[in-house]
Amino acid sequence: MAEFQVFNRTTGDHFICQEGQSVLKAMEQLGMKCVPVGCRGGGCGFCKIRVLEGDFECGKMSKVHAPPDAVEKGEVLACRIYPLTDLTIECVPLPEAALAKQTTTKPLR
Amino acid sequence: MKKGVMRPGHVQIRVLDMGDAVKHYTDLLGLIETDRDDQGRVYLKAWSEVDKFSVVLREADEPGCDFMGFKVVDEAALNQLEKDLVDYGVEVEQVPAEELKDCGRRVRFTVPSGHAFELYADKKYTGKWGVSSVNPEAWPRGLQGMKAVRFDHALFYGPELAAVYDIFVNVLGFYLAEQVLDPEGTRVAQFLTVSMKEHDVAFIHHEEKGKFHHASFFLDTWEAVLRAADLISMTDTSIDIGPTRHGLTHGQTIYFFDPSGNRNEVFCGGDYHYPDHKPITWKAEDLGKAIFYHDRVLNERFLTVLT
Ligand code: FES
Ligand SMILES: [Fe+2]
Repeated sequence: MAEFQVFNRTTGDHFICQEGQSVLKAMEQLGMKCVPVGCRGGGCGFCKIRVLEGDFECGKMSKVHAPPDAVEKGEVLACRIYPLTDLTIECVPLPEAALAKQTTTKPLR
Repeated sequence: MKKGVMRPGHVQIRVLDMGDAVKHYTDLLGLIETDRDDQGRVYLKAWSEVDKFSVVLREADEPGCDFMGFKVVDEAALNQLEKDLVDYGVEVEQVPAEELKDCGRRVRFTVPSGHAFELYADKKYTGKWGVSSVNPEAWPRGLQGMKAVRFDHALFYGPELAAVYDIFVNVLGFYLAEQVLDPEGTRVAQFLTVSMKEHDVAFIHHEEKGKFHHASFFLDTWEAVLRAADLISMTDTSIDIGPTRHGLTHGQTIYFFDPSGNRNEVFCGGDYHYPDHKPITWKAEDLGKAIFYHDRVLNERFLTVLT
């Protein structure tokens, strides 16, 4: 089975990803933490990355967190991409939820 | 004061891939598929529930929760509650009978946290799955996976908790069983009940509206929760945290994710509530212990990973 190198340019980490394995799963299996882990199902947007170089296949992802135009630019969810070549990725800062300041209760953190 | 809202009746969950989702909710959770409709939605129930379905899955390109429905005692109560909602200034939408198969008319409304709820009085009574209503055996054979006993509650994240409280408590007749207060005395979490359970629905403050934290299913014993954890490993299912105990409600729990990233919980135990019980308060400063009683620290994921 083929294996690919994933290089995270933001953190300088690199790790091996097996063919058919998601980038996030490969990272987690090696005990690395260079991409945030959320639901692992393409639903929460926590693991968003930008792929700078390399080819990959995509599983189903929430359109809210990975809209088609962003995917076109390589902005994808690490839990739902499967490398076809070596990849260079970078972290995408989590967008703060569009905050409505007029709310009457406070966040828990 | 009780106004005729009886219990959680159903939840409609959006999933990215129906095949994967049905496998998860049936093979792993142990729900039973009871129907499908021409919109492609899949209807499921847990074995001890008497009505035809409690979970509806809908394929969509964004996971999350469409709505949660509560069953009310009868049509008269439904009419009164509908009137009370309108009088209170809540906009209600009529969902005709049979929009969900074998379910009567539903009164739908959205609360200020951005979540949609429904009330309904009628749903096809199919009885408990796999056991007779006369001289029933202890449990049915042939259940899969975790053998979930019932859909129990849901937790939602959103703003405007005080306004949501007013609707649930003052209009719908829920009780506040537990709360989390910040140092200024602002309620940042509210666990509401309309039964003897410690919660039938809960809300935690979050700036973004309409977020879904989890749908929860009841198991009988701690042993069953551990067995659920085993199954999560055996199936390489995405785990969040557990098995552990909550401070809030004192339930014993494990959290995991469905294949679309919606969080599920299975739990057992937990406190009980009568209408004369005063609310239990947890301090926001001790939120770690309130949520995860053993670790006494929060995992960031619990507060931020939502669909
Ligand atoms: S971890 Fe939730 S979308 Fe990847
Ligand atoms: Fe829960």
